[in-house]
Amino acid sequence: MEFRINHPVLYIMVAVLIAVVLAQSVYFLVRAYRRALEIGMDKARLKKTITSAVLFTIAPAISILVGVVALSKSLGLPLPWLRLSVIGSLSYETIAASTTINELKLGIGEAINSASAFVTVAWVMTLGIIMGLVLTPLLTKKIQGGMKKLEKMDKRWSEIFSNAMFLGMISAFLGYVFWDFSSVFSGKISALIPVLVMLSSAVLMLICGLFAKVFKQRWITDYALPISLVGGMAMAIPITNWLG
Amino acid sequence: MKKKLTYLESVHRDGKIWGFSLLALILAFPLVLSIIFNAVPEWKAFSRAVIAVLPMYWAVGIIETFTYIPMLGAGGAYLSFVTGNISNLKLPCALDAMQKANVKANSEEGEIISTISIAVSSIVTTLIVALGVILMMVTNLGAVLESEVLQPAFDQLLPALFGGLAVVFVSQNIKLAIAPMLLMLSLFIFTPLTSGEVGIMAPVGVIFTLIIARILYKKGKI
Repeated sequence: MEFRINHPVLYIMVAVLIAVVLAQSVYFLVRAYRRALEIGMDKARLKKTITSAVLFTIAPAISILVGVVALSKSLGLPLPWLRLSVIGSLSYETIAASTTINELKLGIGEAINSASAFVTVAWVMTLGIIMGLVLTPLLTKKIQGGMKKLEKMDKRWSEIFSNAMFLGMISAFLGYVFWDFSSVFSGKISALIPVLVMLSSAVLMLICGLFAKVFKQRWITDYALPISLVGGMAMAIPITNWLG
Repeated sequence: MKKKLTYLESVHRDGKIWGFSLLALILAFPLVLSIIFNAVPEWKAFSRAVIAVLPMYWAVGIIETFTYIPMLGAGGAYLSFVTGNISNLKLPCALDAMQKANVKANSEEGEIISTISIAVSSIVTTLIVALGVILMMVTNLGAVLESEVLQPAFDQLLPALFGGLAVVFVSQNIKLAIAPMLLMLSLFIFTPLTSGEVGIMAPVGVIFTLIIARILYKKGKI
């Protein structure tokens, strides 16, 4: 078959694979929902969990789509569609693809026209993300068992343990927001953009919290995270125009 | 007689079956590409690229498995490691959902809430991306998404996400949060760490915070 980066066969293959991945999510969703009803969990709570997850996901999902657009220039649509729908994250995939394209001595942003170059990129991208996929089925049960044991030994410590994990991760991302901060002192004020965006999002979260308390509107806390996320992203536009 | 599995046991069983089947399918993809287009990889470029990217990806992959699985719960972990975008989407989504429902990842309720939120998030992501790809084939959606007006919003996704999230989690654990926040701020501000390194710094932050938590706990401060 003659190769093209947007060959219909590629679309079909990718669509089939993504459909299977989608089926897995649906399967686990149905199982968890049924079990929730079985053990008498509050239906309203489940509904809120679902709506909040939907709202929260829209903006990041669109930004993943932007990643597909960026990679599609050299790789066509189907491969980035697959790579970013299954495991991939934009930063990893971009590095894997551009490193390989460099080694192939092709120009970045130039459409790949040879099948063997395309297969090379596909293999490197696939092998790069395979580790979590191999380890998760092997280790999840053991790791969860370890957490359970910890809880049995010392319940209070096991709670602190999980909080410490979240906080450790969140601190790393807070630090990341300041990664270019030192260049502010040499006059590059655009390095303040992520800092101000983060503050806007934090302020929005605080406002939601206050609103919930003062006006007794508990419902808003369920949407506080999507509100601060989308609000922060929207604020990024004027902030970037101002400082960028 | 067949022993009846508990919910959690059946999640592990199904997670393994789905996980290994998907692993096989994902590996089959480049293989089938080679067969239908009758092409082999360019081995020289392949091996050089593999040497350049794999050691780091695999190391990060191993560390991520150990740091994220305890936070995600079982069902959440089986789904997240297939659908990806864990730190920037699935994990914040699950953490937020569990916090609202006032449940912990290692209880059955927490397991269920985490699985539901991650499954919904995965389904919505997959559908939006698929819809976007279809629209891009027939319209100029690609150009709209890349427009200069919208670009800053997508560039600032992570700061916009973690600002709100930090308020929720830091305010509840101020004592425990101070040391890791100071460490990460100084590391990112005063060393040549760039934005690309946040994937590696997240596990570093987790381990550091666990150590601090242990010390504070032993001293009876938290």
